Amino acid sequence: MNVAIIMFFACALLAVAGAVLLILAREPIHSALALVLVMMALAVLYLLLGAPFIAAVQIIVYAGAIMVLFVFVIMLLNAGVEERTDFSKIAKFGGVPLGFLLLLEIAHWLYHSPVGTAIANGAGSSNEAADTAQLSEMLFRQYLFPFEATSILILIAILGALVLARKEQ
Amino acid sequence: MSAVPISYYLVLSAILFGLGVVAFVFKRNIITIFMSIELMLNAVNLAFVAFARAHGQLDGLVFVFFVIVVAAAEAAVGLAIVIMLAQNRQSLNVERINLLKL
Amino acid sequence: MLLLNHLWIILALPLAGAAINGLFGKRWPQSAVNSVAIGSVVLSFLAAAETVREFCHLAASQIPFIGNYFTWMVGGEATPHPFHVEFALQVDQLTVVMLLVVTFVGMLIHIYSTGYMAHEGGYYRFFSYLNLFMFFMLTLVMAANLIVMFVGWEGVGLCSYLLIGFWFLKKSAADAGKKAFIVTRIGDFGFTVGILIVFATFGTVAFGEIFSQASDKPVDVLTAICLLLFAGAIGKSAQLPLYVWLPDAMEGPTPVSALIHAATMVTAGVYMVARMSPLFSRAPIAMLVVAIVGAVTAFYSATIGLVQTDIKKVLAYSTVSQLGYMFLACGVGAYSAGIFHLMTHAFFKGLLFLAAGSVIHAMGGEQDMMKMGGLRKEIPVTYWTMFIATLAIAGIPGFAGFFSKDAILEAARSGPYANLWLWLLGVAAAGLTSFYMFRLVFLTFFGEPRYDEHKVHVHESPKSMTIPLMVLAFLSIFGGWFAAPKLVGGVDYFERFLAPVFAASSPASDAMSAAAADAAASPAMDLLHALTGWPVIVGVVGLLVAWWFYIKNPDVPKRMAQSVRGLYTLLLNKYYVDEIYAALIVRPLLWISTNVLWHVVDEGLIDGTVNGTATVARESGRQARKLQSGNTRSYAAWVILGAVGFTALLFGLLGVAH
Repeated sequence: MNVAIIMFFACALLAVAGAVLLILAREPIHSALALVLVMMALAVLYLLLGAPFIAAVQIIVYAGAIMVLFVFVIMLLNAGVEERTDFSKIAKFGGVPLGFLLLLEIAHWLYHSPVGTAIANGAGSSNEAADTAQLSEMLFRQYLFPFEATSILILIAILGALVLARKEQ
Repeated sequence: MSAVPISYYLVLSAILFGLGVVAFVFKRNIITIFMSIELMLNAVNLAFVAFARAHGQLDGLVFVFFVIVVAAAEAAVGLAIVIMLAQNRQSLNVERINLLKL
Repeated sequence: MLLLNHLWIILALPLAGAAINGLFGKRWPQSAVNSVAIGSVVLSFLAAAETVREFCHLAASQIPFIGNYFTWMVGGEATPHPFHVEFALQVDQLTVVMLLVVTFVGMLIHIYSTGYMAHEGGYYRFFSYLNLFMFFMLTLVMAANLIVMFVGWEGVGLCSYLLIGFWFLKKSAADAGKKAFIVTRIGDFGFTVGILIVFATFGTVAFGEIFSQASDKPVDVLTAICLLLFAGAIGKSAQLPLYVWLPDAMEGPTPVSALIHAATMVTAGVYMVARMSPLFSRAPIAMLVVAIVGAVTAFYSATIGLVQTDIKKVLAYSTVSQLGYMFLACGVGAYSAGIFHLMTHAFFKGLLFLAAGSVIHAMGGEQDMMKMGGLRKEIPVTYWTMFIATLAIAGIPGFAGFFSKDAILEAARSGPYANLWLWLLGVAAAGLTSFYMFRLVFLTFFGEPRYDEHKVHVHESPKSMTIPLMVLAFLSIFGGWFAAPKLVGGVDYFERFLAPVFAASSPASDAMSAAAADAAASPAMDLLHALTGWPVIVGVVGLLVAWWFYIKNPDVPKRMAQSVRGLYTLLLNKYYVDEIYAALIVRPLLWISTNVLWHVVDEGLIDGTVNGTATVARESGRQARKLQSGNTRSYAAWVILGAVGFTALLFGLLGVAH
């Protein structure tokens, strides 16, 4: 038994449990907390995959900023238990089967395509952790344009949020 | 070598994505639906990182970086819209927001 | 050779007259319409006369003279039997006879109509239709193949419909026009099938080619063809059982009755049988059927004519009866006798109708003989011409009808296809004919006036009407004298003229001329024999009985009617044939048309399909509209559905190789 395997299964279990809790929770705040759990688990998984930078970004930005924003909004709006309405038939009857179908399709691909089977057999995987310096070099060399574009995107998002949330005078 | 096979991560990613889809369709609260979108994005991130490891290249990680950034922007704007909707319709039930019809 | 090379001129003249009058005549004065109409027919007659003159200069090998004007229909070029129809006109002896009869009598009737129709509305329309009729009739008699003949056949049917229903605002007239067209259509269906079988058997529809191949074809095929073609003749020439339209056709103006339903259109059937004589002669069963139908019809309709009171109806049944005689003649192989009777009948029946029209005109529109009487002093010209015509139709010796009727009955009695029963029917019909025709004359012109002399001012008709009467009266006497020399041991000129046409098909004419040659030994005995034959006897007897009934003892008819009440009513109601047809055929047909074709097929199927398409479009739209519910969850679910589907496509079909 490998430490890695145990860690993997533990985190995987946590992630899945969090996702299931997100679905089953009745209050939105519970769902938010469940999502945070999922993110944490995923951060550990990133570490296992040798991507420490991404794990850090996940925790700082995703779990630390975005989810905090979610929680802020939930509390601001005092979101409580929602009334049960059932206006959409297809959503009610089609949701689970659709999710299941999607899963099956991906599994099918994974185990039946040459690329998928190659990956499944662990081809081409490396053992070393990703070098952050190397990553940042890639970020500022090859992917400079997307980098700058996303910074503008964030600027626009901020402005947009400001405009939207402003009360009409 | 006894690292965890990459396919396990991919399966986990698929499961999380599927659960995200189910939540997306089932839940009635807008914010919860938003969160399920975030869940799906996370699942995708996991897949990217797993592939990055599988191919031994760092491009997947860069992509994950950008996904997170865009998710942040999207969450900001989206929640602003949600606040406006909540103030307008006095309800967070997505089925009450039904003006987009013929 | 001018006209022979341009035979189409004879056709084009009346057609041009019809077109000019039809398109422009509405605003013209009557004199202008007259000139165009009469002018075109007179020119056509002159053209026909000139054609005949040129024809007489032709050598025997050039007859029949065929003028081929253009190729009309071509089909199935690649097949072994291509369908090739030329627009071809031909002239032979038979055509000559028909041409002269049609154009001359037509011309007289056109002149008569200017007087008769002078006070009617739609004057230009009448003459336009009349000219159009002449065009089609001439096409029929000059046709060189079955298809062109059929064009004429249908065309005259059309003109008959138009002219019978000339006063179309009167319901009975419009109904009569429809009835004529529909009943003749039934016959025409048989005719069409006959033409098809002719083409299938002979590979051609041209007369010359058909007749040259006729000997090689099996008898039963020829019999079938002849019977089917004869079916068309039954309809067009008003024989049993399709005669019912002719009495109703009397709703049309009297000149129409004279031209179409006495002299020309109804004789088209006889002409067709005579023209197709090479085929008929090789199908003895068909000939027998023709003869039987002719004889039975002759007798049957004479019985109906005995008790009718409308002057035109009596003449109508008389026409049916005389047409029966013509078919009887063709059926026993005496084709030239049949055509001879056709010609004399055109003269005296045309005259009878025109004179009846003159009587009706004089009486201000009255047609019921029971309301007439004693008119012979008031309208002498009409009286004398009608009397001459009646003598002719009764077969009194010296007049035209005697020669032709005698020839027919002689052939029926002792020709090669002779049949005693048919002869008996013919003689009986002759007797009845004489009786009811003289009854007509006596009721109308003799006795005390049975009308109110203050209300009706009887006056003689204008010259435009009386002159044609006199011309036809002359022809009713002398028109039959072509055959006179035969009685004194000579030769029937008419028969000799037509002999080349019927040479291949009537051993009858050879036998008859041989018999004539044998009996030439004693011309005087011949003459005596002819003058005291049965037809003459019954003719005279009919005259005497009519005189007894209607002049000597006027109340005898009434007592007779009372004593045989049932038979009298049966005859008066024309054996209830119209009622039988209505119950057996018309009503079920109307029921099917209404309940099956209208409700089920038209409303249910066709409207249903069209409306159904609209309904499908609307309903599918309504269902599709529900997709845009405004419910975001729905939209989300549909998006996922699409995504799953697309993923399946991607992974299953495009991306993954197994």
